[in-house]
Amino acid sequence: MILAAMASLALASCEKKDPPQPDPDPTGTGKVVMEFFNKVGTADLVLNDKAYVNEHGDTFKVSLFKYYISNVKLNGAKGTYTETESYHLLDQADKPNMNFTMSNVPYDTYTSVTLTIGVDSTRNVSGAQTGALDPVKDMFWTWSTGYIMLKLEGSSPKSPATGGTISFHAGGYAGQYATQRTMTLSLPTAITVNDNGENHVHVDADVLRLFKAPTVFDFSALYAINSAGQKAKDLADNYANMLSVSYAGL
Amino acid sequence: MRKAIAICICALVMASVWIAGCKKETIDPGTWQLVSFTVPKGWPQPAYTFDGNKLTYDGFVLGRKLFYDVRLSRDSSISCGSCHQQFASFANLGHDVSHGVANKVGIRNSPGLANMAWHTSFFWDGGVNHLENQPINPIQNPVEMDLPMADVVTRVKMAADYKEMFIRAFGDELVNSQRIFKAMAQFMGTMVSDDSKYDKYSRGEAGGTFTEQELRGLELVRRNCATCHKEPLFSDFSFRNNGLSPVIGVNDSGRAHITHDAADLYKFKVPSLRDVAVTAPYMHDGRIKTLEDVVEHYRTGVAASPTTDAAVAGGINMTDQDKKDIVSFLKTLTDSTFISSKLFAEPAK
Repeated sequence: MILAAMASLALASCEKKDPPQPDPDPTGTGKVVMEFFNKVGTADLVLNDKAYVNEHGDTFKVSLFKYYISNVKLNGAKGTYTETESYHLLDQADKPNMNFTMSNVPYDTYTSVTLTIGVDSTRNVSGAQTGALDPVKDMFWTWSTGYIMLKLEGSSPKSPATGGTISFHAGGYAGQYATQRTMTLSLPTAITVNDNGENHVHVDADVLRLFKAPTVFDFSALYAINSAGQKAKDLADNYANMLSVSYAGL
Repeated sequence: MRKAIAICICALVMASVWIAGCKKETIDPGTWQLVSFTVPKGWPQPAYTFDGNKLTYDGFVLGRKLFYDVRLSRDSSISCGSCHQQFASFANLGHDVSHGVANKVGIRNSPGLANMAWHTSFFWDGGVNHLENQPINPIQNPVEMDLPMADVVTRVKMAADYKEMFIRAFGDELVNSQRIFKAMAQFMGTMVSDDSKYDKYSRGEAGGTFTEQELRGLELVRRNCATCHKEPLFSDFSFRNNGLSPVIGVNDSGRAHITHDAADLYKFKVPSLRDVAVTAPYMHDGRIKTLEDVVEHYRTGVAASPTTDAAVAGGINMTDQDKKDIVSFLKTLTDSTFISSKLFAEPAK
């Protein structure tokens, strides 16, 4: 017990002794805030209460919508900024947290953003993860290791499932059935990162595009996806088109 | 004798505490012990290398406590150790399939855990790709431990007996799923079975003198079984259909459940033969009770199907004497040091 006490004293005495480090280049970097807005067409997505109509003409409601955004890069005139440990889980049920801040973006003028919907294959094969990738976030298949890149659940009178549920879980990170999708979105106006303040980029995600193209989803025939395979791949090919940038600037 | 686990007892506990204080090293107020992982001579490189998960005594001990903790099941009735018993090389003796919470049963046999660090995938269908991602599967499975991982984290966080152990293993008291899995990987990854009579024979050590029959058995295994049960780990960790007829009503599709590929129907991961004499019953669903019957299956019981492996299709020619010799050799693969090591045993409460 005495030894343990001494040990904890020794440990405690080492904590937080480092003085604050001056920024090595205080004129060099600024903040860019990425904000995500889930939409249905042009309307804001509302969970549970509002009914929508998909491309096929099927009425549906959404009770859950969440997805990973990873490996975010800003493409500028002088170079590309790459966010480190770039994994974010965006959940419509947690709207206040549907954003993240990149705080060390070098001064430059940026014209587009590159990002991935889903999680890269490396993190799917690298063992226990934490933060946004913690399996307690319920975006991880335990029986067949891998992240669920995107989840949408809800209901449709067209669905033959019990309770008319629709449940789309897209996962699978390798080979022909990979469901992570990387895209480059151009900014409507270029952003200049300098000492004028933080820039904001608004990314819209359109739920209707999940079920539209290239594969039109008919909820009477396709109402559940719960493993990697052709259906999940079809959904991924659709959600590769779901994002657009609606605003970029201070 | 070379054991993969070496325990070093250092007398300078006092000095260690002072030095360790500012290095955030792990501290054990009792004896200072070091758990290590060594690749046995002549073995391939392991798949799990403790990369990003530095093996320490305190991490190992934390992993061991979690492995044997019934609080990781919904009703606190079973632990990992309930279905993975050390004396059975961490398989479940006498159970074709194991009992989960509320006596629920699954469809697959609880496999042994020896030499997990060399496995390239986990579970009979290979659905899990990493040792650290293995425990969440039985923990959350409704017919096994049936507890959401978030609840496991909460329970461990609330448990007074874990706080000090997390500080020692990881430097602070933060509890999250990653730390739980990494600690468990330290415990399971160091489960090395490399001291059987066969190993002593291979190394030319005392206690490794084979009988005539065991020698004949070894030659027969090398000739008839080595395509899949490759030395020194006695598995090539591939997926194969070994000719077991699917059970009506269960219809376990095996590897195809993961790949959705008809070419993988009824294929299962080739199990290692290490400690095989103590891991009965056998096969992915525990349908065969004795080693003699296992060998007989490969002689006369292989069912033909589009995916039955070429290595066993039509059965393997063996005499009755061959069968006895093979079983005699298989018994030399039992590592009594491993299955009785206090290091891997449930610690006294």
